[in-house]
Amino acid sequence: MDLSHDALVAFSKSWGLFYLIGLMIGVLIYTFRPSNRKKFDKAKQSVLDQDDKPWT
Amino acid sequence: MVKSLTEAERQIALAISVAVAFCGLVLAAAGTQDTIEVHGWLILIFGAICAVVVIRDLWEPEPPKSRLESYYDDPIKAGIIASMAWAVVAMFVGVWVAALLAFPDLTFDSAWASFGRLRPVHTSGVIFGFGGNALIATSFHVVQRTSRARLPDQLSPWFVLVGYNLFCILAASGYLLGVTQSKEYAEAEWYADIWLVIVWVTYFVLYIRTLARRKEPHIYVANWYFMAFILVVAILHIINNLAVPVSLGHAKSYTIWSGVQDAMVQWWYGHNAVAFFLTAGFLGMLYYYLPIRAQRPIFSYRLSILSFWGITFFYMWAGSHHLHYTALPHWVQTLGMTFSVMLLVPSWASAGNALLTLNGAWHCVRDDATLRFMMVAAVFYGISTFEGSFLAIRPVNSLSHYTDWTVGHVHAGALGWVALITFGSFYTLVPSLWKREKMYSSALVEWHFWLALAGTLVYIFAMWNSGIIQGLMWRTYTEEGTLAYSFLDSLRAMYPYYIARTFGGLLFLIGAVIGSYNMWRTIRASPSSAAIEGDVPLNVTTAVVRG
Repeated sequence: MDLSHDALVAFSKSWGLFYLIGLMIGVLIYTFRPSNRKKFDKAKQSVLDQDDKPWT
Repeated sequence: MVKSLTEAERQIALAISVAVAFCGLVLAAAGTQDTIEVHGWLILIFGAICAVVVIRDLWEPEPPKSRLESYYDDPIKAGIIASMAWAVVAMFVGVWVAALLAFPDLTFDSAWASFGRLRPVHTSGVIFGFGGNALIATSFHVVQRTSRARLPDQLSPWFVLVGYNLFCILAASGYLLGVTQSKEYAEAEWYADIWLVIVWVTYFVLYIRTLARRKEPHIYVANWYFMAFILVVAILHIINNLAVPVSLGHAKSYTIWSGVQDAMVQWWYGHNAVAFFLTAGFLGMLYYYLPIRAQRPIFSYRLSILSFWGITFFYMWAGSHHLHYTALPHWVQTLGMTFSVMLLVPSWASAGNALLTLNGAWHCVRDDATLRFMMVAAVFYGISTFEGSFLAIRPVNSLSHYTDWTVGHVHAGALGWVALITFGSFYTLVPSLWKREKMYSSALVEWHFWLALAGTLVYIFAMWNSGIIQGLMWRTYTEEGTLAYSFLDSLRAMYPYYIARTFGGLLFLIGAVIGSYNMWRTIRASPSSAAIEGDVPLNVTTAVVRG
């Protein structure tokens, strides 16, 4: 197998770009999906609960 | 502490302590010709002390089943105390090494007190001793509260905390003996590194097990930051420390990386240590303790998610900005520079998110020094990330590299951001964990705050001045094309700034001592009669009702 410097650079410049963009799209979808809104609102409120014991 | 372990856990704890002591004995026996012998005996004594502590309470009755109805806070308390102890010791060494630069005679003609040996005691002591213990303690607290689940067992949190402190002791004592890998923030040698891998994997598994027991369906964002911290530090530590020891009886090892690859791996590690140890974990603290203290939800939960993914994936590529103008390929330098500049976006998103959370509660910030600690920490986070992106730009780096500007930048982050958010979190945590109404003295919290802030400002202004002067003196040419100043000229110009930074560090240290005293008095105070409503474990109240 030929693993030259140029081959590695070409690989990282192409696939590195694609996976970062793919990741970004995935994160944006997850963050702005309307169905997640309720979950996030609940999460940010629930840490303020003064309830200091584990739920059973 | 041993009384809260089940019988089976006590037996395993004893077995682990004996095994550790035995490993120490083997090292001591194999390394009679080497400094590793000292560490062998140290490990043996450490294991033996742990074994004695366990044996003393080995036959005590088991903890009641009702323990499962409350969170397991004992290791958190121990972690906070360890963290503050390391803070005082390591910051004292920091003031000492700062003074050494102005007054070189302070080594007292002993090898162990030379600058090269004391400096890593300071850096590892504050980063791993102070910061690491604070991260372990707060992560145990945050993961239990936000998951609404108790830690899965009583033994592994103690193993993580005590084992981690053994690593810190081996690291710091080794530097004084002259044992070092000469890798920034990874100076500890192979045997300490292997031990840290065992401890860290246990930590990771413990965290996952607690999350798996969660009753809250959504994993709160602070946990994501803590998870990123634990996971990435494990990866970094293992890869950067791949090394072959000379023999099992020698402390010295040789890294498997060579040349420019070694430099790249080291700074990939080094910068991500800043990113995931000193940033991600402490952002986890920020996203939990700031809303708790201000009693306001985080400004934008979505923004916190976006900045999480931004920070985790951008930081991975930023390390090569430490190697501008070196043998590292130019495109790799450019990659590091570009990602460093891009990092400003998620960093400021986090800092802005924290400050906007406080928007509308500024009167609380004015009145409450604890909240002010966190607010100023967020401001310094914003300042030092901006400065970091700026310094990573290649032409700027040509002026700043190797100068005190870098040191000033690190301390803007470490003092202004990391230490202040930790103190703010501790002042929130200590009264609630020890069931006190408030801290022993709020005036002392004020004193701590202003000393810390003044110390930080004096320190970073001194370093900005000295760094830029150094950089300019080193690049000033005469008309004949020769350097205008010798290195010694620049050293003489640094003298007043070295004294100023020592003074700034001293103010910060005094603040930390006052904070430790205040926490100690809070812990020793008799429990308040007026308990905070809702902050009492269920089993206490139910026991009263049932009784």
